Amino acid sequence: MSISRSPAPSPVRAAREQEQGTSVRLSPLAASTDDDLFRPHRRAGVLLAVCLFTLLLSTLLAVVIGSVRIPPLAVGRLLLARPLGLSVADLPDTFATILFEIRLPRVALMAFTGAALAAAGATYQGLFRNPLADPYLVGVASGAGLGATFVIAFGLSATPFGLMAVPLGAFLGGVLTVALVVMMARVGRSTPVTTMLLAGVAVGAFASAITTFWMLRSPEGVSRAFRWLLGGYAGGGWASVWIVLPYLILGLIGVQINARALNVLQLGEEQARQLGIHVDRLKLVLVAAATLMTASAVAFGGLIGFVGLVAPHVLRMIGGPDYRQLIPLSAVGGAAFLIFADLVARTVFAPQELPVGVITALIGAPFFVVLLRRLKRSVF
Amino acid sequence: MATLTITHLSTGYHHREVLHRVSLEVRAGEVVVLVGPNGAGKSTLIRAASGVVPATSGSVRFDGVDLLRLSPIERARQVAVVPQAVNLPEAFTVSEIVLMGRTPYLGWLGRESEADREAALAAMERTCTTELAPRRIGELSGGEQQRVLVARALAQSAPVLLMDEPTAHLDLKHQVVILSLVRDLAHKEGLTVLAALHDLNLAAQFADRAALLVNGELRALGAPADVFTPAHLAPAYGLPVNVIPHPTHGTPLILPDGVERKDISGIRGT
Repeated sequence: MSISRSPAPSPVRAAREQEQGTSVRLSPLAASTDDDLFRPHRRAGVLLAVCLFTLLLSTLLAVVIGSVRIPPLAVGRLLLARPLGLSVADLPDTFATILFEIRLPRVALMAFTGAALAAAGATYQGLFRNPLADPYLVGVASGAGLGATFVIAFGLSATPFGLMAVPLGAFLGGVLTVALVVMMARVGRSTPVTTMLLAGVAVGAFASAITTFWMLRSPEGVSRAFRWLLGGYAGGGWASVWIVLPYLILGLIGVQINARALNVLQLGEEQARQLGIHVDRLKLVLVAAATLMTASAVAFGGLIGFVGLVAPHVLRMIGGPDYRQLIPLSAVGGAAFLIFADLVARTVFAPQELPVGVITALIGAPFFVVLLRRLKRSVF
Repeated sequence: MATLTITHLSTGYHHREVLHRVSLEVRAGEVVVLVGPNGAGKSTLIRAASGVVPATSGSVRFDGVDLLRLSPIERARQVAVVPQAVNLPEAFTVSEIVLMGRTPYLGWLGRESEADREAALAAMERTCTTELAPRRIGELSGGEQQRVLVARALAQSAPVLLMDEPTAHLDLKHQVVILSLVRDLAHKEGLTVLAALHDLNLAAQFADRAALLVNGELRALGAPADVFTPAHLAPAYGLPVNVIPHPTHGTPLILPDGVERKDISGIRGT
């Protein structure tokens, strides 16, 4: 057994390249310098650029297209008018109103919701080391939904601090759900993942049932809560955007600073502990962070499935399993995806709006299946 | 010389004690192999010594420091564990897995430094895994994966190496490769190695000293020639055994006798 670290391709490597043909050339690591040994996911930088570009493009499309079309040039001029002191007197007054009061806050809310769902999904998948985990399977989204419904149905959202109460209610609902799930799944000192996911499904279904029951029992709250539940836009304007932003940012920071530990956790809890990770503390921080993000998404975005499941997987397939890259990639990719889905949802049957969750599933599922078929190897 | 000293260590799961006051010493530069029937507590001893199963009593000291009282990070700087190569996260590359061995040395932001990469690279060279660095761990054979886990443990730069059945799923050649590698590391670099093995013949060939664990108790401890005797092994495993010298090494070779069908139900332990 010989080891070769010379800069020139070793005979073994050359032989492997010949044998495997293009698959090696496709791999991000073609050269064999020491630096390359440790940067196997070089494509992540390119991928982030692509995701950011897609985010920008979907944002532009989403503010341009609608019942009133605002030309891209007009959008640019309106955005720059205030900081540069440009005159926009020749544009219709309605343009500014529609852009700043309706479309931009809606795009921002969709971006934050998509980012939160995708980053939370990636976190849950890593935390439970289960590719099926997402905010819904774990029961957190349903619990957060119940919390938000509680706030909306009781009219708390109409009080002066009303809007703030919605994500808070969602967060408390999410936290209670997690606590309940962990309590139910606990066996002695440990919490087996399978049991926990099963408990999550059960508690989630229970919370959804209560939510539905409640809405049917309180006629005055029905229309508001039902519109929200379908993933409809709650219409809080900029206020709801600013209210959910802190939850998203706190959650993202919480996960990102633990992203390397999350990598190590993929070896299993026991090995992670033997490598010096404080596993119980890590799990607590990650659950709290992911629940914060889920709450921020559910509070005004409603129950939107599939983003949290698909976005991280697609990006993992292309960019590799390293959570230090996967978390920001998921956030940007999820944001772009949901903006686009929302654009489709409100334009295909305009003026009627489809629930955005319908579109995320309609676009996401086939795309996901195609990618799965093309990459027939484990990416997890 | 620093010594790993296990004193009166007891532990168990769910109120069932699995390990009863086991005491054992491993000196630096020495390979001590734990053997015993299934369920004797070999893995439990390794897990307790690495701090993942809490001890109900007793201590595990290295160089005078009680390892069980250290924080996970401090302990990981003293003790590295080589587990069985099963259920590894397939999509990570070999270099990423080996770099995970540097976890106890990283700051709270978790950024690896040049020194960390050098340590990982050195660990890969010592285990002949440099060539595998860019490959996904899931693509490798069991023997290669096991070498990568040894590399990860070496990257951890800990003076104590604990191994839990590191050869369980390997073929003959890779069993010998792994154990030769580890014995070399102990003898030449002064690592303190405690390894649980179920294969008595491999244990006899590679151990400096062997410890026979039965029912959670230490039954014999000493040179392989003194521990691997019919007098110790027959009652421990519940069947008659022959021991002859290895034709080239002279180490004990353990050959079990057959068991009558009527005796099978009487054999304890599974």
